[in-house]
Amino acid sequence: MLWTEFNNNTFVDPWREFERLNRMFSRVSSHRSCEFPAVNLWVDSDHAVVTSEIPGISPEDIEISVVGKSLTLRGTRRVEDIRDNEAYHRRERWNGQFSKTIELPFNVEAGKVNASFKKGVLYITLPRAEEEKPRKIDIKSE
Amino acid sequence: MTVATREVEKKEANLHHGVERTRAKRVYTPAVDIIEKNEEIYLLADMPGVDNESVEVTLEKDTLTIYGKVEPEIPDGLRLTESEYGVGDYQRTFTLSEEIDREKIQASVKNGVLRLTLPKAEAVKTRKIPVKAEA
Repeated sequence: MLWTEFNNNTFVDPWREFERLNRMFSRVSSHRSCEFPAVNLWVDSDHAVVTSEIPGISPEDIEISVVGKSLTLRGTRRVEDIRDNEAYHRRERWNGQFSKTIELPFNVEAGKVNASFKKGVLYITLPRAEEEKPRKIDIKSE
Repeated sequence: MTVATREVEKKEANLHHGVERTRAKRVYTPAVDIIEKNEEIYLLADMPGVDNESVEVTLEKDTLTIYGKVEPEIPDGLRLTESEYGVGDYQRTFTLSEEIDREKIQASVKNGVLRLTLPKAEAVKTRKIPVKAEA
């Protein structure tokens, strides 16, 4: 094998080992596996922000669509061209077509959605639909 | 060789035992593809959030280390309600075999993917030996 991963296992600290096991069994702070691409959702009373890690794709190859409360991300991550005499030693990166729909907590103003893509990270700002925004109600004094 | 599945999960890097970091940050192991071609070996590493300036490739003896520093972008005043991934730096270490031409290693980052080109040393390149047909 041409490649070996460096891992120094000569000394095992029992406390560290305990922490590792503890982390393995408690799923509270860790992230479970999900379908590609992984998404984070941020919310306040009149905005939602969706961030997603989609490395190795050009921004023009990502399709974003919004209908009511759902946001859909579509695209294709291409495989490296491989000829007969070339071989993979490791293949861990996912490739292929993806389509992922995220349910948002409120309807959004589809015309005002903003998206940017930097360093393989997609950043979408979705303003809440005007008619759904919480309103402050004035109390009239008689 | 393992074929990547559609399910993705960022794995936290297995740090060397007894080594502590000065930055209190998560460190992830980037997913990599390693492809051997005739003249060179390619290494592709998924490092979203990393660009040319924030990646460091070091070669010390036989040990090739890739490190990517990520400045997390946190939307101002919003709270995280659903989270499928964590944000942190990336690190992974490989042991190189002798057959790489160390002087000619190239690295570039595009759209959050690090691409390392490791040219093979002259001696190990596959040579084609022409077979003469006898008349």
